[in-house]
Amino acid sequence: MAMDAAMIERLIKESLPDAQISIEDLRGDGDHYAAHVVSGAFRGKTRVQQHQMVYQALRGRMGNELHALALQTSAPDE
Amino acid sequence: MALAAAPAAATTDEDERMDSTVQDRIRQQITDTPVVLFMKGTPVFPQCGFSAAVVQILSHLGVKFKGVDVLADPSVRQGVKEFSNWPTVPQLYVQGEFVGGCDIVREMFETGELKQLLEEKGVPVRA
Repeated sequence: MAMDAAMIERLIKESLPDAQISIEDLRGDGDHYAAHVVSGAFRGKTRVQQHQMVYQALRGRMGNELHALALQTSAPDE
Repeated sequence: MALAAAPAAATTDEDERMDSTVQDRIRQQITDTPVVLFMKGTPVFPQCGFSAAVVQILSHLGVKFKGVDVLADPSVRQGVKEFSNWPTVPQLYVQGEFVGGCDIVREMFETGELKQLLEEKGVPVRA
């Protein structure tokens, strides 16, 4: 069920190539992460839309293999 | 003049009809009640830490809300994810609008945006 941080980062980068991503494995169990994603693609989008873009990048894994990903998103200089 | 019963619909039709019924029911719920939280468990006994966190925030703000336990109905659990194109529960709705999941609600609470949004939407909030 678990997923490693590098995989999460790779999937996000595939969809949002400019993204600055920092990921923290909250419990060290490969199942509970916190990610901060900064991308120019988030400009002018609501938080819901920004998170949806990240979930889209994870292609259905969120809520399945990936149990918990606390997400924080923003555009550069925001 | 009674009509003969229609032949049983193919399984796929049946599924689609059920889906649209679930979607209609969700739309109805979020329209009928100003603040609705789709969650795991109930406001009194949340079954998940993320759901509990949102309940705590709403309670702290003194907001009256309706909790819908998705664990009680698998079709709603799946249906609400499709409804909002959002892969996880909890999901908070205010005046029929999807506000976000646990992370967004928490962030908006910390910045004061949640209280502002509720007030703008005419939901009584504790001062």
